[in-house]
Amino acid sequence: MGEQRIRQIVLDIISLVAPDADLSNVRDEVPLREQLELDSMDFLDIVMELRKRYRIEVPKEDYPKLASLASCVAYLGPQLQGHA
Amino acid sequence: MVDEQVVIIGAGMSGLAAGIRLAHFGKHVLIVEKHRIPGGLNSYYWRNGRRMDVGLHAVTNYVPVGRKQAPLPKLLSQLRLAREELDLCPQRWSEIRFPGCTLRFSNDIELLFSDVRDRFPGQVDRLRRLTQHVEAFDDKRLDVEPGSARQVLREYLSEPLLAEMILCPVMYYGCAREHDMEFVHFATTYKSIFCEGLARPRDGVQRFIGALVKRYKAAGGQLRLGDGVARLDVHGGRVRGVRLESGEELPCDLVFSCAGYYETMRLCSDVKEPPAAADLGRLSVIEAISILDRPPADFGLDAAVVFFNDAEQFPYACPSGPVETGSGVICCPNNFERHEDLPEGVIRSTALARYEDWAGLGDEEYARAKREWCERLSTRVESFAPGFREHVLDSDLFTPRTIHRFTGRLNGALYGAPQKLRDGRTRLDNLFICGTDQGLVGIVGALLSGIWMANLHVLARS
Repeated sequence: MGEQRIRQIVLDIISLVAPDADLSNVRDEVPLREQLELDSMDFLDIVMELRKRYRIEVPKEDYPKLASLASCVAYLGPQLQGHA
Repeated sequence: MVDEQVVIIGAGMSGLAAGIRLAHFGKHVLIVEKHRIPGGLNSYYWRNGRRMDVGLHAVTNYVPVGRKQAPLPKLLSQLRLAREELDLCPQRWSEIRFPGCTLRFSNDIELLFSDVRDRFPGQVDRLRRLTQHVEAFDDKRLDVEPGSARQVLREYLSEPLLAEMILCPVMYYGCAREHDMEFVHFATTYKSIFCEGLARPRDGVQRFIGALVKRYKAAGGQLRLGDGVARLDVHGGRVRGVRLESGEELPCDLVFSCAGYYETMRLCSDVKEPPAAADLGRLSVIEAISILDRPPADFGLDAAVVFFNDAEQFPYACPSGPVETGSGVICCPNNFERHEDLPEGVIRSTALARYEDWAGLGDEEYARAKREWCERLSTRVESFAPGFREHVLDSDLFTPRTIHRFTGRLNGALYGAPQKLRDGRTRLDNLFICGTDQGLVGIVGALLSGIWMANLHVLARS
């Protein structure tokens, strides 16, 4: 799966979890929390939606790897292999 | 565990919210509701072809679209509900009326500050500082220190009447305890009323309940109406199964109860002793609903909600008789924005009442007491809306007994027991309390409670 597709998957989940967030200009390297005012409840939901939709388990110690879009793409890439 | 079977007792706001969260993330959830209509304390019934709302006066925590990091947008996103589905209409303004003094407030706190500046010289900066203190206070923590709201108010405001007036709406909309309020609950409710604001779903509470039930079912949740939980089978510190009033037995891995803490404990098969009366909530209400042939504004009642008190001291206690009409809350649905075209006028007036005076009455006495107190409460309301009683098309009264009958709350206690279980835990590993007795009250509070408890005890853990 391409990086752009993974990026879109993450953005789609964020738009569900935080529908008021402005996703038109998200920068890849800046922590999502800073750009989008996401809190711990939102992060829990991102993790839960990844599990629900793609059966990806993100253990608590890996939560920091979801900090920015770039780190999400790097972390989720291998796990999303096999999804169309 | 994806295959966990969850039973939720009660399809009130907190049960539906917990149900939506758990079903959305793959749990098998069954909500069991005794009543035929969901909603719990905030519900409705039909009378003479009209839908009568109970519970909901106004939804607190209203913020305009675009304001993030507030409880309302948070709960909508947690429940995956679009804001439009609730069709919330903000209030125009509300009033706190004490002898010789009225303060208005709206969804812009500056109106309150401006009225305080006019009526209480020197107090407005103190009230601003109190507001900053409340806004900075972290009311979401599980481990908050106990504290007295009255004491904090005394520290900030040097005018006792102003402190009483501020307490009045806050206690009516969020306090389960007599006389004083836990500071954390004061902070939550103060923010929800004054820093955020009041609104009403255009079609009343049915709109809210309908949206939640639809969302819950779409997430795969099951809802059983007209059947209550008769017993929780307890062995070895866990609930092993649930027996319904219909006789059916269901296995379960987890139980969430919004029936109230003591009410739930009484369902446990290993409990023999009923709770001590001292631990139960005592604050109940009557509410008169009057349907008018014209809007309440025609009688001078143009505020969305009026919180009144006939003395300089605001007592907030269980009355020493059936009803205390010296203080209360009057709500006019017509006085919210976009409600101009409601076909009829509605005045809902609420006053504190004592359950024991209503509980033991025979049918005839009960009917007579209802007529008498509906009359007496209307007389009190007439001082705010002279002449309205000649334009009443229909009226009805619900009492502490009605609350007990439809919600199962002991003593008809509107806001449950005075002592809250902030983390929702009970002595049983897999039984959690959400809703009123967890500590958050009101519609938004109950929804947040259901979300919070589902997240804390199930979703964040798995």
